[in-house]
Amino acid sequence: MSAALLGLSDVGFRYPGRSGRSRRADGSALALDGVSFAVQPGRHLGIVGESGAGKTTVLRMLLGLASPDTGTVTFDGAPLDLRDRAGIRRFRAAVQPVFQDPYSSLDPRQRVDRIVGEPLRSLGVAGGSEASDRVAAALEDVGLGADAGRRWPHEFSGGQRQRIAIARAVVAGPRVLVADEPVSALDLTTRVVVLELFERLAEEHGMTIVLVSHDLAVVARLCADTVVLRGGRVVEQGATAQVLATPASGYTRALLDAVPRLPR
Amino acid sequence: MTSAITVTDLRIATDDGTTLVDGVSFAVEDGGRLGIVGESGSGKSLTALAVLGLLPAGLTATGSVLVGGVEVVGASERTLRGVRGSVVAPVFQEPMTALDPLMRAGDQIAEPLRRHRGLRGAAVRAAVREAVTDVALPEPDRVVRAFPWELSGGQRQRVAIAMALACRPRVLIADEPTTALDVTVQAQVLDLLDTTVAQRGTALLFISHDLPVVARTVDRVLVLESGRAVEEGPVRDVIAAPTHPYTQRLVGSARTLQDALDAGRRGTR
Repeated sequence: MSAALLGLSDVGFRYPGRSGRSRRADGSALALDGVSFAVQPGRHLGIVGESGAGKTTVLRMLLGLASPDTGTVTFDGAPLDLRDRAGIRRFRAAVQPVFQDPYSSLDPRQRVDRIVGEPLRSLGVAGGSEASDRVAAALEDVGLGADAGRRWPHEFSGGQRQRIAIARAVVAGPRVLVADEPVSALDLTTRVVVLELFERLAEEHGMTIVLVSHDLAVVARLCADTVVLRGGRVVEQGATAQVLATPASGYTRALLDAVPRLPR
Repeated sequence: MTSAITVTDLRIATDDGTTLVDGVSFAVEDGGRLGIVGESGSGKSLTALAVLGLLPAGLTATGSVLVGGVEVVGASERTLRGVRGSVVAPVFQEPMTALDPLMRAGDQIAEPLRRHRGLRGAAVRAAVREAVTDVALPEPDRVVRAFPWELSGGQRQRVAIAMALACRPRVLIADEPTTALDVTVQAQVLDLLDTTVAQRGTALLFISHDLPVVARTVDRVLVLESGRAVEEGPVRDVIAAPTHPYTQRLVGSARTLQDALDAGRRGTR
């Protein structure tokens, strides 16, 4: 197996000030407890769980927005150190986020081309006409015309806004997209189209996707590997086909059984 | 058979004349279950609000909405207050905003019991306790005294359902009642809705963008697209053989995701 792109190794995390009455029913105040998994190049990874599973905390680790209390976040085989500014800059160029809500994740006061070009500026990747060309190419890549750049976020539908957010995430040529419930705010028909877009872009640009989702069907559609989180712990992980076909954990089975189905 | 709800040629328009719901008609019999399905902007939630006589300012309904035989379109606030809670009661998507954060759960459930059933004192407390037990809330004594923020999302939605059913309404209107919930909690709340409306013979108008959730819950389905009804029929028939292109897209998208999950479960992904 090739070296992992990104991963968590025995990660524990506790939110400060969480004690006493805000402790969980099981007595634990930990957000994450001994969480380990690895993102292999080219194998999209789904992180599945319900409220309180620790999905958001894992996401913050994977994006370098928080450090674990115990254990390590690894990037390209080495521990990620948030104090290493040069290392973090390389990390940010390689790992880009896509957030859930396309209404709140785009600055309403900026035109689309400025929003999409932001990573190029902040990471010092490109400027001037090269930046403009890359923004236009990214917008085209996600199926929005180059003229979309001169418009404002409010002029677009939810699905189109999520395309803008994806264009922003891919513009600097990352190797990993970390997407937090990227389709759950979208209508069903748009959801499928946006998942197909993720799949195509990942293939064309050699990107690996980490998809955080409560929706097993969405993970099944896109991800080769799956991690199931519950109460801050990994209850099951492995190839998605294996996790879905022969779930080892009763919780995974309960999740699968709870998915509403269309009649045949 | 009498209809619990009869909607005829409902139109909802803004003050500047933009039509948002355009000539929608449907009926729900007593004990019947109709799903209204559609995506953002389809007019499904506005239709629900019109049935409740709760359209926001700036929107006007025309046509006819009979709820338990009472005309809601153009009705006075006094008439509507008599209908809401006792004849028709809503359960909305987000129980945290539907419940008053400063009021204990038990007091919120008691409010319609006092208003519509005229209960007082020990009778109210007994009815609240029964309503909480009916929705299978564990530790009913604690829940009655709890503020909404002390309850989980699923518990809050059960309290909202208890409130809605407290006065034994003829019609329950559930607008995306499980969209904000985790999938395992969603299954429990749908089971609860299913059994409680069946036991009481309550008519159900169930609104959702989520076709599998609708299919699991209702007998008939009405598909709305951009304010117009494009298809209606028994839910199994509509899903098995959708005739309108929009319904076909909806069913196709739901099937795509379900097929991915099924392929995974068969180990053939």
